[in-house]
Amino acid sequence: MKRLWIFLKGYTKECVLAPLFKLFEASLELIVPLVVAAMIDNGIANGDKAYVVKMCFVLIGFAVVGLAFSITAQFFAARAAVGFATELRHGLFAHIEKLSFSNIDGQGADTLITRMTGDINQLQSGVNMTLRLFLRSPFIVLGAMIMAFTVDVKAALVFAVVIPVLSLAVFALLLLGIPKFDSVQRATDKLTGKTRENLTGVRVIRAFAKEEDEIRGYSLATELLEKLQVKAANFTALMNPVTFVLINIGLVALIYTGAVRVHVGAISQGAVVALVNYMSQILVELIKLANLVITITKAVACGKRVNGLLEVPEGMPAEAGNEGPATSGAEPQTPVSGGEANGRVPVVSFRNVSVRYYEGADEALKDIDFDVYKGETVGIIGGTGSGKTTLMGLIPRFYDVSAGACLVDGKDVRSYDPEKLREKIVTVLQKAVLFKGTVRDNLRMGKPDATDDEIIEALKRAQAYDFVMSKNGLDTQVEQEGRNFSGGQRQRLSIARALIKKPEVLILDDSSSALDYATDAALRKAISENLGDTTLFVVSQRAGTLAGADKVVVLEDGEAVGIGKHEELLKTCDVYREIANA
Amino acid sequence: MNKIKTNKATLVKVLKYLKPHFPLIAVTIVLSVAVVLLSLYLPRLTGQAVDLIKHADEVDFFTELLKILIKMLEVIVLTAALQWVLSKCNNTVTYRVIRDLRRDAFNRIQKLPLSYLDTKAHGELVSRVINDVEQFADGLLIGFTQLFTGVVTIIGTLFFMLRVNLIVTAVVVLVTPVSLFVAAFIAKHTHDMFKVQSETKGEQTALINETVGNIKTVIAYNREGERLERFDEINRKLQKCSLRAIFYSSLVNPSTRFVNSLVYAGVGLAGGLGAINGALTVGELTCLLSYANQYTKPFNEISGVVTELQNAFVCIERVFEIIEKEPETAEKTRRLEDVKGSVDLKNVYFSYVPERKLIEDLNLSVKPGRKIAIVGPTGCGKTTVINLLMRFYDVNSGSVNVDGFDVRDVTRKSLRQSYGMVLQDIWLKHDTVRNNLLFANPDATEEEMIAAAKAAHAHSFIKRLPKGYDTVLSENGGGLSEGQKQLLCIARVMLKLPPMLILDEATSSIDTRTEHKIQDAFSRMMNGRTSFIVAHRLSTIQNADVILVMKDGHVLEQGRHEDLLANKGFYYTLYNSRNAV
Repeated sequence: MKRLWIFLKGYTKECVLAPLFKLFEASLELIVPLVVAAMIDNGIANGDKAYVVKMCFVLIGFAVVGLAFSITAQFFAARAAVGFATELRHGLFAHIEKLSFSNIDGQGADTLITRMTGDINQLQSGVNMTLRLFLRSPFIVLGAMIMAFTVDVKAALVFAVVIPVLSLAVFALLLLGIPKFDSVQRATDKLTGKTRENLTGVRVIRAFAKEEDEIRGYSLATELLEKLQVKAANFTALMNPVTFVLINIGLVALIYTGAVRVHVGAISQGAVVALVNYMSQILVELIKLANLVITITKAVACGKRVNGLLEVPEGMPAEAGNEGPATSGAEPQTPVSGGEANGRVPVVSFRNVSVRYYEGADEALKDIDFDVYKGETVGIIGGTGSGKTTLMGLIPRFYDVSAGACLVDGKDVRSYDPEKLREKIVTVLQKAVLFKGTVRDNLRMGKPDATDDEIIEALKRAQAYDFVMSKNGLDTQVEQEGRNFSGGQRQRLSIARALIKKPEVLILDDSSSALDYATDAALRKAISENLGDTTLFVVSQRAGTLAGADKVVVLEDGEAVGIGKHEELLKTCDVYREIANA
Repeated sequence: MNKIKTNKATLVKVLKYLKPHFPLIAVTIVLSVAVVLLSLYLPRLTGQAVDLIKHADEVDFFTELLKILIKMLEVIVLTAALQWVLSKCNNTVTYRVIRDLRRDAFNRIQKLPLSYLDTKAHGELVSRVINDVEQFADGLLIGFTQLFTGVVTIIGTLFFMLRVNLIVTAVVVLVTPVSLFVAAFIAKHTHDMFKVQSETKGEQTALINETVGNIKTVIAYNREGERLERFDEINRKLQKCSLRAIFYSSLVNPSTRFVNSLVYAGVGLAGGLGAINGALTVGELTCLLSYANQYTKPFNEISGVVTELQNAFVCIERVFEIIEKEPETAEKTRRLEDVKGSVDLKNVYFSYVPERKLIEDLNLSVKPGRKIAIVGPTGCGKTTVINLLMRFYDVNSGSVNVDGFDVRDVTRKSLRQSYGMVLQDIWLKHDTVRNNLLFANPDATEEEMIAAAKAAHAHSFIKRLPKGYDTVLSENGGGLSEGQKQLLCIARVMLKLPPMLILDEATSSIDTRTEHKIQDAFSRMMNGRTSFIVAHRLSTIQNADVILVMKDGHVLEQGRHEDLLANKGFYYTLYNSRNAV
């Protein structure tokens, strides 16, 4: 959890002051039984009314001071907890933005969102409660015991026995309870999954008329959860009776010892009352403590999850001075000798690139090697899972190579500041995503200072102008994730967003898959006519669309089985021919 | 007024769910009264014991004190035992009610029309079935037990206190309600702060969803900085309003504790003076002081209970909204049997929303065993036709007939079972590959399953999975590529081949080469079966018996591939655009 502590650092003062004031307040509470004992022994025993009144005013004074202390404590605790949560949210958000694509794939967006919201909320209340109560309750328990010793050592021995036994019982119950709650949590997660799965698959389920089976499966899952929940809850329900019995047996023992001590003349009746009061204070605090431990266990679980996410290494820092990977050691990484053709420096070159997602996995890309020069159009084609998206992801460094190197303008991408690199290279991803705001806002994501004319031009080229105008023009509101646009419209808008940037390298990763042929053709024509110096990569599943490309790379199972022009490949590459004839 | 009415209606519905548990609830009530009274009796016994311990050499051990101590032990053990049984009863009732609510909500979802489910965010429905039900039960359990035991404690304490001393009781009764007012005052003033807080939280969650949900796009466009700035702005706003809300609401505890301390001092004063006057003993004073503490506790809790219950009601109303949602129109009992596969659409009109017309006057007559392809630009109504064929939606007017029966006159189950379907939306269960393949036909043999997987060209990659056919797919098939998942969907339908087929962009995620390879299997599948194929790759449908060319909800042209090309109409344009660069 050490990565979480950093976020509390700015609140050291609050973290000290909040429990401290709580302790002040608790100290006052510990003195109250003594005041009452004094009232009984000095006031009532002697019939001194003025003394009784005086002691009552002392109690009222304690109440006022205690109120002030505890308000102060609450304030500092709230400030620390809220501040902690705020900074943690900021830190986590920034961290997520720096994750590499393979880490994002590994975590899943839903998990990331839960960490950001639910988990941090739970942590906030955990910190708040801890600061307020975690020191206070043990302090009162121990304090009450110490106070009891000041009243009478022999009688207080009862405390010395009861408190350890009690603590042992409470923590044993808690520790034994945790695995039970874990299994409840797992069963709940499973039920959540089942519910979501049923909703997303509603068409398939109904098409196969499987509703009855679904209901049966769900019933079983709810019953299992119910059994686990009852089991866990019944177990924790032991907590109250057990503490109640132990404390009150202590009370009986205390009264008996007290009676013996009074009988021998060692203590007064008032002292016995004080001892009894201390015992009941302990009971109250232990109940609070047990509840607190539950809150804290929950918060710790959330904390561990958030911490785990923070420990995922931040994607890809620029490795300043990186002269390329060791694997290509024999080959100098200087740009000049890299671009052998006509002394020109290739915009993008792949040098014996291999990629593995994780240690021990099969290679997703094997020994890919080719150069691309300025203004060229390169087609990437291949079957599902052949590595097209991974290959393209290497250029803007969404993924890292595991061997070889990917160079942009003759420099290893790993030596770039990722931000600078991505200024040069724009990728239109397979899944078209828009953001809440206007159409204009969305296009300005590509170029923050774009004028309306530029925006309109980009929309026209992306074949998006007509439907944007048929709505509310550039001011059309885009709902979250662009829900109010169809799949094809979203793709066209995200292409427009990329075009407006006029990047050095444009990658279209199967980004017109939702368009019909006519629109797609018009789009491709508009893009290629206005390309200028931009180097274009087009990932496609249709050979026909790549006929005009300067170079086509055919991938199969991560290997480049053919590189060349459409016509050449038709002659030389079996795989390509198969795709083309399909 | 209205609110009270709906609350009352909701309460009636809640009671319906509690009804099967009434015997247990009755036990609960009796037990909690017993527990409260017993735990109140204990301080009284303590007081009596203290009174026996007056001065040195005056303690009467064996006759009186021991008797009282033994009585105390009995009370203690009995209270604890009853308390445990009480919690067990409560837990049983609570979690059974949760189970029943979830089961009913889920059952209803199975019967809700797609027109409802398609418009609802799934996340929200899931949250109702899981979180809202849970929160309701928590609220109800805490609310009910605290409210009930609170009231019993107050009455019981008053009763015991009155038996000890009238004046001291009067002090307690008069001062304690002050804490209620304080709590109510604070709650009223913090309500607005919490509202602001939850609004800000909502704003932040929306931003998180949008950014984190689409983090790849954000990174691709270098928008991390700008997004973080926007996030921080809301985050700072949230910090400010959270601090206010949390701090002010956390004043409730110290304030009520303050009032309690005043009550305590008041009891000390009245009791102390009373003791001097001989109106009560020291033991009785001890007893009253501990009653004073117990009496104020429920008052502090009750103020929290009200919010808890309100919250529980809000949650349960959301759940009831699902449970009470109008299901699909009632079923006819006739089953569609021995389907030949003739399908007729007559004068069909349909639209999802009345303002936006979609399908108008669609007519189509399909003979058994024919292959019908539906093509057209995005949004032309291709998938809608499928929705009508499967009766996911009902036509607005006109009719859809299978073998001469209006689909509305036969059971949905028998209709849908007559179709085999592969959809563009790929859906797999969180289960093993095997169970996913056997989804439609659990009785298929191992050989049949493997044959289907081979035909769908899925066998080779399944073999390469860590546990082959027993590999568990994560939720919605994560870990497999879209194309691989689609191949599994195809294998799934191959295991159970009804008389009619619907392939809605069934190969959209599969590369052309694999698609080409599985064409054989497809043609075998379609042989002799009425098939509807939606595709935007025109190459796959050239041998269809009829091609329907749709645009904007209308059928523009229909005919065979060659005829349509010869017509040089819309199909001709579509077809020729596919190879242009």
